[in-house]
Amino acid sequence: MKIRAQIAMVLNLDKCIGCHTCSVTCKNVWTSREGMEYAWFNNVETKPGVGYPREWENQKKWNGGWRRKRNGEIEPKIGAKWRILANIFANPDLPEIDDYYEPFTFDYEHLHTAKESKAFPTARPRSAITGQRMEKIEWGPNWEEILGGEFEKRSRDVNFEGVEKEIYGQFENTFMMYLPRLCEHCLNPACVAVCPSGAIYKREEDGIVLIDQDKCRGWRMCVSGCPYKKIYYNWSSGKSEKCIFCYPRIEAGQPTVCSETCVGRIRYLGVLLYDADRIESAASTPDEKDLYQAQLDVFLDPEDPKVVAQARADGVPDAWIEAAKHSPVWKMAMDWKVAFPLHPEYRTLPMVWYVPPLSPIQSAAASGKMGCDGDMPDVRSLRIPLRYLANLLTAGHEEPVALALERMLAMRGYMRAKTVEGRLDERIARKVGLTGSAIEEMYQVMAIANYEDRFVIPTAHREWSEDAQDLRGSCGFSFGNGCSGGSTENNLFATKQVKKARNPMEVV
Amino acid sequence: MSEFVNAALFGWYPYLCLTVFLLGSLVRFDREQYTWKTGSSQLLRKRQLRWGSNLFHVGILVIFVGHFVGLLTPIWVFDALGISHGFKQGLAIVVGGIAGIACFIGITLLAHRRLFDTRIRATSSFGDIAVLLLLWLQLTLGLSTIFVSLQHMDGHEMVKFMNWAQGILTLQPSAADYVASVHPLFKAHLVLGMTIFLLFPFTRLVHVWSAPIWYLGRPGYQVVRTRFAERRAHEAVAALQRSTPLRAGARPEHQLAE
Repeated sequence: MKIRAQIAMVLNLDKCIGCHTCSVTCKNVWTSREGMEYAWFNNVETKPGVGYPREWENQKKWNGGWRRKRNGEIEPKIGAKWRILANIFANPDLPEIDDYYEPFTFDYEHLHTAKESKAFPTARPRSAITGQRMEKIEWGPNWEEILGGEFEKRSRDVNFEGVEKEIYGQFENTFMMYLPRLCEHCLNPACVAVCPSGAIYKREEDGIVLIDQDKCRGWRMCVSGCPYKKIYYNWSSGKSEKCIFCYPRIEAGQPTVCSETCVGRIRYLGVLLYDADRIESAASTPDEKDLYQAQLDVFLDPEDPKVVAQARADGVPDAWIEAAKHSPVWKMAMDWKVAFPLHPEYRTLPMVWYVPPLSPIQSAAASGKMGCDGDMPDVRSLRIPLRYLANLLTAGHEEPVALALERMLAMRGYMRAKTVEGRLDERIARKVGLTGSAIEEMYQVMAIANYEDRFVIPTAHREWSEDAQDLRGSCGFSFGNGCSGGSTENNLFATKQVKKARNPMEVV
Repeated sequence: MSEFVNAALFGWYPYLCLTVFLLGSLVRFDREQYTWKTGSSQLLRKRQLRWGSNLFHVGILVIFVGHFVGLLTPIWVFDALGISHGFKQGLAIVVGGIAGIACFIGITLLAHRRLFDTRIRATSSFGDIAVLLLLWLQLTLGLSTIFVSLQHMDGHEMVKFMNWAQGILTLQPSAADYVASVHPLFKAHLVLGMTIFLLFPFTRLVHVWSAPIWYLGRPGYQVVRTRFAERRAHEAVAALQRSTPLRAGARPEHQLAE
């Protein structure tokens, strides 16, 4: 047993209102630079839909994640090491920027400078790559917002696997949900595995996966390796970049920007202890449907004295063990089993988990034919098909998702009985395998969701993870040659010069 | 060509180019890691890249290995192996010719893409375009020397180049004399080749140094940054086992299990 700690995240999709505040604040902080206009470390998709980049979940197309071989071992789906090197001159599994979207800006200045004319002046789009006029924007980062576009196109969403999707194209039966996505900071990251330079690494002390910008050579295999397509090739710097889980904030005990600014209070951050020795066998689980359970088995109970002793021996600081005991992520993933990994079938053991959303009872059911189980509506008659959620969260295994939805309905029923009718109904709790007090705690964490309940983040022990003496007085976050003034006006070494904002005007 | 110009181009210029090539690469690697990259444009446009890049890279690698082995292997090795100069020249023409044609098709596709695709052109630096055109020109020169070589298949001209290259690397002051009498096409090919070495550290070509063959030797797949304290603990334990005093700054043992 080798115990490590990781800061993990849970997103309660039941409360996500799709406001994109997370995406926008993230972009303003991290990716508002040339070459990264098209990149969203955090984006919010409307499901069902093909998403961003287009059809990212279709691994028959992109070959992301891991593949289990006949001999029971796993290898990256894009191929073993020799095959990755063989494809290094032209990566056959790399998306083109149009699969994300061609980044654009608008001629805003024209609105200020246009001369008087019969027609209103307009700000027309312009490509952020070429600087040329774009007559028509064909695709964007959130093109399918609230079921935008034809069902025909959106229904290429692979989560419809095993669902008779045709009926959901009818207006009466349509359903939707939001899916905010960021890097999963996986326990078994495929991006790390496929990087020929060894520039991507997982930090032992908090599990954050980072790209060393100095070591990255732009072989761009990580973009293909990551099944979530959450590594972005910066076409300007020639380096890959990804969500850094706001590690400067996490180290200081603060939540990530996306979590901090979430107006719906849907994001949770907490410590999970896990057994690093079990990762490989868990990721190699034969049946995809068992991968969710296999990952649960990798996590270790911080209340177990043996685990605590071993964690200490393995160098996990006491503050982290203490934080693990109060981790909202542990509560939702392990105690209440309401949070699930996103696409466990990719075998990366992702560490950003999701609480599935409840949805209205279908109209057909409401008109008297509703499937009811006692006081509680049957979760299989909810508007979002259970199989769809299961395809998203448990590799198609419906039972765990059904139980989670039942528990969330039970929480509502129990609290309604308590606050409206003034009675404590233990029956409701027992029916879903919980107790009244557990449901009250669930309510506190998931419904009230106070700041201190959502974010239990121990500060980093910088001196344990890096040589703080060396770092003292150094320049911190920078690209390239740091503070030593290497970027002169006539730079010898082809460093990218800082460019002025590019917004050329067209004379009409 | 006057004796002086010949000595300057083939006696002194090689050392200038080699020095800048090695020292420049080292300085850039040391100081400007962030600029050390392939500069791939595949994300912006796939078209023409799959054929272009594969043909170009495979072709140029074969040509590079051919030049390296062909020029720098001492002549007595071939003599000892019983490989005649004529046969070696024939082999070089056939293998180099095939690889050269593949490379030529590839680089022409890439050059077309870089010059005429709006996105690629707009995001190219002067260096990106210049180095591609220089390589294109060098390849064209190299391929056209084949027609000169076909005039004399006994290999004696080739031996001149081997003597020259080996003379330069073994610091023989008179190395330039070996190539004084060769066809001007060869001379142009040599000078441009050396110039490419000269420009190498200032362009994206530096990614050649970083060909990630070590990836094949990575024991597993995952890379984890271990804790600094843990590393120091191992060092401290190792130091204790050697019964030497702890080096300054290492943690005393009783703190390790904190």
